[in-house]
This record gives sequence, structure tokens and C-alpha cells, in this order.
Amino acid sequence: MMSKIWVGMVFLSIICATMNGRIGELSAAVTEGASASINLVMSIGGMILLWSGIMEVMRRCGLAEKLTKLLTPVLRHIFPSAKNSPEVMGDIAANVSANLLGLGNAATPAGIRAAEGLHRLDGRRDASDDLCMLIVINTASLQLIPTTVAAVRASLGAVNPFDILPAVWTASVISQTCGILSARFLSKLWKRSKV
Amino acid sequence: MNTLTSLTVPVTLLLIGGYGVYKKTDVYDALIHGAGDGIKLLFRILPSITALFCAIYMLRASGALDIICSIMSPLTSFFGIPEECSPLLLLRPLSGSAALAFGSDIIKTCGVNSLAGRTAAVMLGASETTFYTISVYFGAIGLNRTRHAIPAALCADVAGFIASAIAVRLFFNT
Repeated sequence: MMSKIWVGMVFLSIICATMNGRIGELSAAVTEGASASINLVMSIGGMILLWSGIMEVMRRCGLAEKLTKLLTPVLRHIFPSAKNSPEVMGDIAANVSANLLGLGNAATPAGIRAAEGLHRLDGRRDASDDLCMLIVINTASLQLIPTTVAAVRASLGAVNPFDILPAVWTASVISQTCGILSARFLSKLWKRSKV
Repeated sequence: MNTLTSLTVPVTLLLIGGYGVYKKTDVYDALIHGAGDGIKLLFRILPSITALFCAIYMLRASGALDIICSIMSPLTSFFGIPEECSPLLLLRPLSGSAALAFGSDIIKTCGVNSLAGRTAAVMLGASETTFYTISVYFGAIGLNRTRHAIPAALCADVAGFIASAIAVRLFFNT
């Protein structure tokens, strides 16, 4: 898929450059883009390294497990089919709390275990309502501190790169709420398979 | 408000470090090891960022970006989304690195404190790579009948994008 997007972008630029008479600029852009990518990665590098360190501290001192315990009562309402399976519920809670803390490396394995568990509990051949809900929650952002984008803002000279936090939290909450509500409503439009 | 958000990160560092010391974790060792993993992450994203930056710079130099923005402008202006951010709406659900490359280009050209620059940052911070996530999860359990997962996920994305633009206007009075 990415191959088609990439080739499509290059193709589109060549067509537009020919039409607009900007062939010279186009060829300069190839070199500029390549060197700008190194600048970006280097300038956000320090923040990425620091934050990866902080994530490791959170993982080792059991902060993620603590958050998991706090979240379980709320998640019972969102995932009724996992109520009687402490194991699946635990995986869901671990997935959500790792997402909140920005622990991407821990969130995906826990999420996949949770998805497999929900599918097993359901026992049918299509995606259950709760499985769709888990995936929808994972496709909308849960991360409390968006470190990468803050690092980009800092590298471009923002005085307070984190001043966007209240806006990010507001947008994330609205996006999550819409995701949960539309998963609830749309589930009625797609019938379940018989087996 | 400003001092509060400025304090969020330093205080988070203190709380996490302090909790680690209280739990008798070797905080410094964890920091160093974690940062070591961060280097691997950086080298993992660099190749795709380079490939995508080339394509994005080409799109901009050729004038193709202006065309995309003007085609989408009736839609984006209706929701109060800055026109410069419209390519981000298309790329964000498809590719994380493309969205990061594009978003940082918007932040750079429009300015960190501009409406478009801030909206791009908030959009990046408040969304995920939807199609990638869906393919990882359904791929891992080998399921094709995804029912309403994709439409519901896209509803969340659209709501997040519109909310990002509104939230930036609300919090920064621009």
C-alpha cells in the first residue's frame, strides 16, 4: 500500500511540475527533502531518547500495572462480554493503560492478546461488537503526552512545545467519545454471522 | 494556563522518577537502557521519513499541494480546518511516518505558533494510524469480517480532526 502511495505522490508531482513549468524546482526538491529528513530526525532525536528512557522507568516500576487496576471498573461497562474473564479483561486494561502512557511497544502485544481473547469468548466467525470496540478505541488516540509532535515543535523553536496539551486532550476525548458512540450505533447495522 | 502546561512535563518526570525510587527501581539504569532502545527507534523511522520527505518536497515544489488544498478547501473551510492541513487529513489514517513528515513540514512553513501549525500538531497528537492499526489487529487474529470497525474508526478520526481545529481556536484565541 505504501508503495502505491509513494509512487503516486512522485507521479503526481511530475505531472503538476510539467503543467506549472516548475521542473527545476522539482529536481531541487528531491535533494532538499532528503537532507531535511535527516535534520528532522536528528533534532527530535534527543526528546525521543529521553522519553524512551522515561517509558522504561514506568515499565520497570510497575506504574502501568497500577493504572491497569484503576481502569478495570470503567472498562467492564465498555466490554460486557469480557466481564467474566479476568484474563481477557486484564489484557484489555493493559492495552489501554499502555496506550495512555505512550508505551507503544507494550500496547500492541497486549491489544492483540485482548483481541484474540475477545474473539475466542465470542466463538463466531465475524468480529463481535466488543472486538470492534477494542479496535476502534485503539485507532483513536489515547496517549496523554504526545512526545513526538512536541519534539518537532521544540526543534522548530516553540517556546513551550507542550502548550498544545489542553487542545490535544480535548480533541482526543471528543474523538474517543465519537468512536465509542459510533461503534455502539453502527453495530446494529451490520448483522452477525450465524456461526 | 501557560505555566500549568509548562509544568506538566517537568512534574511528570519528577513523579515518575520519584515513584521509581520509592518502589526501589534503579531509575537511572532504566533511563539509560530505555534511551538505548530510543536510538533503535530513531534508526527504524529514519529510512521511511527520508523517502516520504522527498515525495512531500516534490509535491510542494510542483504545486500539486496547492491543487489538493484548493480542491479540499470547501470541505475544510466548512469545518474551520486551516487549508494547509488538508493533505494531513488524507494521509494521517494511512501512514504514521507520512503524517509526521507532512505535519512537521506544515509546522515549519506556517510557523510553530500559527493557526495551521498548531492545528497540524494537535491533529497529529490526537489521532492514530487508523488503517495500520486495523490491519495489525485483524491480521493478527486472521479475521476478514470486520463489520463496523472501519466506519466507526473513521467517524472517530473525522471527529478528532474537526475537534482539533476547534480546540486550537478555542485555547489560543486565533
